Amino acid sequence: MDLSLAIFYVFAVVLVFAAFRVITAKNPVHAVLYLVLSFFNSAVLWMLMKAEFLAVSLIVIYVGAVMVLFLFVVMMLDINFEALRKSFWKFLPVAGTVAGIMLVEMVLILTHRYAKIDAARIVEPSFNTASAEVLGKLIYTQYFLPFQLAAVLLLVGMVAAIALTLRKRKNTKYLNPGDQIKVKREDRVRIVKMQSEPRIVADDAAADDKPAA
Amino acid sequence: MEFLQNSLHLDPNIAFLIWTLLKIVLIVAPIMGAVAYLTLAERKVIGYMQIRIGPNRVGPFGLLQPIADGVKLLLKEIIAPSAADKKLFFMAPVMVLIPALAAWAVVPFYPGYVLADVNVGLLYVMAITSMGVYGVILAGWASNSKYAFLGGMRAAAQVISYELAMGFALVGVIMVSGSLNLTQIVAQQGAGIGGGSILSWNLIPLLPLFIVYFIAGVAETNRAPFDVTEGESEIVAGHMVEYSGMSFALFFLAEYANMILISAMASIMFLGGWLSPFPASWPVLGAASPLWWVLKVAFLLFCFLWFRATFPRYRYDQLMRLGWKIFIPVTLVWIIVVAAWMQTPWSIW
Repeated sequence: MDLSLAIFYVFAVVLVFAAFRVITAKNPVHAVLYLVLSFFNSAVLWMLMKAEFLAVSLIVIYVGAVMVLFLFVVMMLDINFEALRKSFWKFLPVAGTVAGIMLVEMVLILTHRYAKIDAARIVEPSFNTASAEVLGKLIYTQYFLPFQLAAVLLLVGMVAAIALTLRKRKNTKYLNPGDQIKVKREDRVRIVKMQSEPRIVADDAAADDKPAA
Repeated sequence: MEFLQNSLHLDPNIAFLIWTLLKIVLIVAPIMGAVAYLTLAERKVIGYMQIRIGPNRVGPFGLLQPIADGVKLLLKEIIAPSAADKKLFFMAPVMVLIPALAAWAVVPFYPGYVLADVNVGLLYVMAITSMGVYGVILAGWASNSKYAFLGGMRAAAQVISYELAMGFALVGVIMVSGSLNLTQIVAQQGAGIGGGSILSWNLIPLLPLFIVYFIAGVAETNRAPFDVTEGESEIVAGHMVEYSGMSFALFFLAEYANMILISAMASIMFLGGWLSPFPASWPVLGAASPLWWVLKVAFLLFCFLWFRATFPRYRYDQLMRLGWKIFIPVTLVWIIVVAAWMQTPWSIW
């Protein structure tokens, strides 16, 4: 058997298992970790398609940053998955119908003769050219406008998130870091010069037979 | 590899597998040795900086001390808290150590002497090292202890903040070298008007990025003065507080392996890797050699120890401010400066 085919099946099986466990795991932290595992496996599948730049960016962005924040949030929340699952059977018919419609729609679109899935493939990079270079050339020439629009969209999202969370509290004890750094020793401590004083010997010590110094 | 295929008549796939495994052993074994002796070097260097002698009882000059430490940790009992999530509790140290070692797959020691000479080497290192934080967070969560949890939370916030600055610093390197391949990044530093000497390295034109990268590297490895994750005076030992014996030792190994990795990456990207600091036209001294690379890594590792002996721990808000409000703007400005510079006739690249 071809080695890359064997690798594909191993990682695809783990991917499907991990994705299944994401929705069935009892503990939310375990569910997030299975999601990380499934991202990792899909990155390997992309690498098998010679899209090494995309594969590594998937890990850098999703596994390295987004999922860490996600894990951070999930750990802080006290979610009880059992309580959420109680009405599973009640919602199943509606959810199943929606899922079925979406599936049929996707199959219809992707198999339509105007979809031209084969034509949508980008040119496979040859052995020595970096796929990052191929991708960069496409993004900055052919897809320049959509790329910039996506960037603006992300910026809007970022500004919105900051605007939602930024608030000034009245009782905050905020100090200007610049002022803190500017502080010199003279601002805090005053050194006073004074004469040294002779030690006062206690009365009972003087009563001892030791000669007083 | 030809030997395995021709003399032993192995299948090419199996020969490739065995050859790769051999190379992995050849890379990992010296790293583990370096980690062991880095712990000794740390104790010695900090000892002398504090006018002490450091360990000197086990073996001549204390040279067997790391081995004694290792044996001690191996023989200790491994205890798991009864309320801990056992599986994750024992997985966490492994998840910290594996990325620290896996990143070495793409690190070149000399042109051609690399396990996998991939095109996206730099990004691969970024991706793999960014996964190390999972082990820390999980150790904090799975221990089911307040101190450990605080440590894990701090680690998550800190690593994400400093990874951004680190990534931006790398963008500058990628721009001037025009490649993500680590061997080519070093090769590019040997060219240019500096004639392959220290003047043609990325060190001088990208100095702000180098400083940001290295300090962010110190923060990424949770070393002093950025060791709020462990902060033994505030949260005991942070995420490691419930670990004992070998499971604790794995965290320790990972921390030192990460220090070596950060130093190796910094010397490849900014200090010209195996290139000599003298002009290439000089005899002997000007020749590229892995020895130069080892010297540069050793110097950067010494800086790690030096920082620890010199600076007090950052306060948490100061640490966040440094990452977000100072490092990220500095890198962004310098990337724009370099980008503009490259478009002018005075471009040195």
